[in-house]
Amino acid sequence: MVNLADRKDMVIGSRVVKPGNSEEFKTGDWRARIPVLDKDACIDCLSCWVFCPDNCILVKEGSVLGVKESHCKGCGICAKICPKKAIVMKVENQ
Amino acid sequence: MSDRTPHSAPRDIAINGDGAVALAWRQIDPDVVAAYPITPQTIIVEDFSKYVADGEVTTEFIDVESEHSALTLCATSSSAGARTFTATASQGLAYMWEMLPITSAMRVPVMMAVANRTVSGPININNDHGDVMSARDTGWLSVFAENVQEAYDMSIAAVKIAENHDVQLPILVNLDGFILTHAIERMTPLENAAVKEFVGPFKPLYPLLDTDHPVTHNLMDGPLFYFPHKYQMVEAMERAKDVARDVFAEYAELSGRKYNLVEQYRCDDADTIAFVLGSSFGTMKEAVDRLRAEGMKVGVAMPRVYRPWPEEEIAALCKGKKNVIVMDRHLSIGAYGPMFPEVCAAAACEKMPKMYNFVYGLGGADTMVSDFMSAFKQVLAGSAKKVSYLGVDA
Repeated sequence: MVNLADRKDMVIGSRVVKPGNSEEFKTGDWRARIPVLDKDACIDCLSCWVFCPDNCILVKEGSVLGVKESHCKGCGICAKICPKKAIVMKVENQ
Repeated sequence: MSDRTPHSAPRDIAINGDGAVALAWRQIDPDVVAAYPITPQTIIVEDFSKYVADGEVTTEFIDVESEHSALTLCATSSSAGARTFTATASQGLAYMWEMLPITSAMRVPVMMAVANRTVSGPININNDHGDVMSARDTGWLSVFAENVQEAYDMSIAAVKIAENHDVQLPILVNLDGFILTHAIERMTPLENAAVKEFVGPFKPLYPLLDTDHPVTHNLMDGPLFYFPHKYQMVEAMERAKDVARDVFAEYAELSGRKYNLVEQYRCDDADTIAFVLGSSFGTMKEAVDRLRAEGMKVGVAMPRVYRPWPEEEIAALCKGKKNVIVMDRHLSIGAYGPMFPEVCAAAACEKMPKMYNFVYGLGGADTMVSDFMSAFKQVLAGSAKKVSYLGVDA
């Protein structure tokens, strides 16, 4: 049986009545491949952080820590843009 | 608001169906009307424009360049929190089609009068139910009027059904093109104040203009949410049956005119009954009277409320009958008239009546009392086919 949203919890008319909640929409499950960071190769140029369309590159004090798995859609832009090829896309769950 | 005759006093007036709809709108005084004129709906828009120009309503009347824009504007205006009406017919409704299921899925109670006219082609401006039947599956409530009085009464009752918070779906008020829209009949209107009080103020759910409670409308639905949202509409349609019963009861107290989900005429002791929609119900009643005078036990019924489909009432009416005839003023070419399979589905049981479909009156083809009598007689004589095309295939 498919597991659909519980209609009893849903506001009618495809409305969202609580603003600022896009973070609750976990887009991470769209992903087929996940970026994997090789921190030794990374030079913290932050190109991936600039280009990520979903704000999923985790950075602390100017240093790249990894990706936010809950929202990364696995588009691969970060891997493509990385000048040091420090990010590779890997198939998940294998 | 000036109270010039003939609009204020509860006495009989002579008015055509479009004028009656415009008069109901004038008495309700909606916040927004956006409509594009099309025959045979034009008089509604013309009359209402006069009311706006004369300052008899406070409505914002918005000229649009097409029906598609008209309904888009209505859906968004209703979302914003305004009581919103429109009217169209035929090609106009066809042009609105893209916005019909969007409006209902937005759960905004827009009211639309439909001056039923066939859909081209060949181009034809006369009456059949091709326009509304092609909009049947779009999630709108739908009610039919037999005469001018009912076109007026339904315009008032419809607002209250659609806007009920248990319903919150848009509604189509159907009146047969020319037969009702342009024919002048005697009608008893309500007083202005009584109409205002009956419909009450518009109480929108989550209006966009309530800036203290920010809300986003009409979001994209993924597969997780689309089907459950549609099912919510199924539930709302089901609740609309009780809401319509209550609204009709309240309207009867106010007006003395009692309406039902399914209207019936001489059905109780009949062994053969027919179902028909709109103005033909009146023609059918005369046919039934004449056949009764010849000793035939026949009756006729009209689903006043077509969506939600009043399945229980129709099933109860069909139970124990020998023959059930469904008169359809539209045709799904290559299948049946649109109402026939629905009545069959409602009537389905172990001892089902024999079911017959007559498609009639397409493109305004005149259908007289004698035509309906002949349909009954063919069925009673056992010579009727399962599906007949009245006056064409004989």
